[in-house]
Amino acid sequence: MSFWKRLFGQQEPTSREIAKKRLQLALTVDRTRISPHLLETLKDEIIAVISQHVDIEPDGVVVSLTQQRSEHRLVAEIPLANARRRRE
Amino acid sequence: MSAKTITITSGKGGVGKTTATANLGVALALAGKRVVTIDADIGLRNLDVVMGLENRIVYDLVDVVEGQCRLRQAMIRDKRLSELYLIPAAQTRDKTAVSPQDMIRVCDQLRPDFDYILVDSPAGIERGFQNAVAPADEILIVTTPEVSAVRDADRIIGLIEAEGKDTPQLIINRFKPDMVRRGDMLGTSDVIEVLAIQLVGIVPEDEAIIISTNKGVPAALDDKALAGQAFRNIARRIMGEEVPFMSLRDTSGIFNRLVNLIKQ
Repeated sequence: MSFWKRLFGQQEPTSREIAKKRLQLALTVDRTRISPHLLETLKDEIIAVISQHVDIEPDGVVVSLTQQRSEHRLVAEIPLANARRRRE
Repeated sequence: MSAKTITITSGKGGVGKTTATANLGVALALAGKRVVTIDADIGLRNLDVVMGLENRIVYDLVDVVEGQCRLRQAMIRDKRLSELYLIPAAQTRDKTAVSPQDMIRVCDQLRPDFDYILVDSPAGIERGFQNAVAPADEILIVTTPEVSAVRDADRIIGLIEAEGKDTPQLIINRFKPDMVRRGDMLGTSDVIEVLAIQLVGIVPEDEAIIISTNKGVPAALDDKALAGQAFRNIARRIMGEEVPFMSLRDTSGIFNRLVNLIKQ
């Protein structure tokens, strides 16, 4: 990233940052043996289970893997459907 | 006295295992240690040419294992350092000609006469790798700051830990400080954070390595080569000394020159 881009705060990731992200994801998949396909399956099943009890936005559900140091996490983001104040 | 057996491995090919083995052998011998290097890459021998000893080979590791010669007969003494030896790999056979038990037996036979046994592992995770790792007291992983090499290193670390061996230490090879600074190469901290193992050395990318391999004279013998210095530092760390990491700062760019001007 050039000096000027840095100076004016344009947030384009460097190839170093891209490499680190890709590496972390590849290692998480290697170590946990959780494939992108399995993540899709998990997502579908999570949507099915949660929907039985709570109104959610199925299109907004994201299931992903993250790594920080040696800790790996399965993260599910599940947006709730319009939660209005109860009127009854 | 009994030798410590150190295996140099990587998973991915072409990251500098053989160069590292040759240079660490030279650097340890320069420090007065008795060293034998073993090329465990049966069928694709290369450590002999990197050390410049390819014309002296009569017997090899497979001959020793099969009892065609005595161990001493397969040991080639270095041209320059009288306490450095090489046991070359066979060129005409494959990895199955040697077993992990054979490697343990050969190393046990060498231990009383040496301070360090350095085993140069082949790439991959199959038999050749298992042979190389079997006799190891310590393991050094060589990687370059690239996604593919670091990923393979991670896999290898897992296999080594599964064998019940101590966690290996890491050498980062072909490091380009100016590219890291520009944000175009994984930095030391990135690699260490991801692999979560201890760093034993950083070797900068250095044309002296290619020139030294052309000549068959390892760069560790060259006082002026930066990579040679890096390998001599790693050898001292292996011997238990505390050696600070070389400062590999890029001072070529105009921006850095400006920063340096302001700092002064």
